[in-house]
Amino acid sequence: MKAAVLVFPGSNREGDVAQAIELVTGRRPQMIWHGDGDFEKTDLIVVPGGFSYGDYLRCGAMAAQSPVMAEVKKRAAQGVPVLGICNGFQIVTEAGLLPGTLMRNEKLKFICGDVHLKVETSQSLFTNRYQAGQVIKVPVAHAEGNYFADEDTLKKLEDRGQIAFRYCSADGTVDAGGNPNGSIRNIAGVFNETKTVMGLMPHPENAVEPMFGGCDGKALFEGLVEALS
Amino acid sequence: MKARVHVTLKNGVLDPQGKAIGHSLNRLGFAEVGDVRQGKFIELELAETDQAKAKARLEDMCRKLLANTVIENYSIELVG
Repeated sequence: MKAAVLVFPGSNREGDVAQAIELVTGRRPQMIWHGDGDFEKTDLIVVPGGFSYGDYLRCGAMAAQSPVMAEVKKRAAQGVPVLGICNGFQIVTEAGLLPGTLMRNEKLKFICGDVHLKVETSQSLFTNRYQAGQVIKVPVAHAEGNYFADEDTLKKLEDRGQIAFRYCSADGTVDAGGNPNGSIRNIAGVFNETKTVMGLMPHPENAVEPMFGGCDGKALFEGLVEALS
Repeated sequence: MKARVHVTLKNGVLDPQGKAIGHSLNRLGFAEVGDVRQGKFIELELAETDQAKAKARLEDMCRKLLANTVIENYSIELVG
């Protein structure tokens, strides 16, 4: 699997995700600077976390208009898989590749720590190594992760199985207690209609080594390798 | 020509920052303050003299970048 990781001014998790990909593929992904409108064809494009363009105007708003994202939009339309993590999720929603948006956390705090997620489906490139209903533990680090979409959009997402992960308690209960940021219906990650684009606020790339508190994120990358190699 | 753009959250969209501001004002003794909504104010200098053209361009700017129409409304004001 050949992967590309985008880099914007202010990105800060590009190295982490590149390392996670290298761990499962044995191959370092290409790092693509935001000003590059053209780059080598790859099997996967990753939009990493950070604070692109200092989160000016709205998180991800500036990055969504960068030359590299114009190219990503083109490739996503052709079916090239795109994974947006944290700020990357904000960027891909701002770019219109995923429905909804990420707002300021309900309690206004930057949250940093492990959360539990319920895997909603195993039927995707990104989640095929998980079981539907499985509970995984991965870290989050964000101030604007409060997912919002209007009722019509939510209904479509639910009906078409476009919800990838929901925040939950350790025992898998999806309720306010397990919701760290106020996301509507506890949504932590969503797919586009074809399930070739996925965005999520938590950081699976930071849960790939036992030394750092768990490996529950590794299966996401292993699943991608299996699906895309 | 100068333009002013106001970006505000749509009705029904939770505004925790506005709420926090409201609470602080209440605590400071401004008991008359009820609901508070926080928005953005953007001032732009335009190299355009035709009002209609300027307005159309600003609409485009709002939709493409200045506002996120999933959660925000915008209003445009042309000044001089």
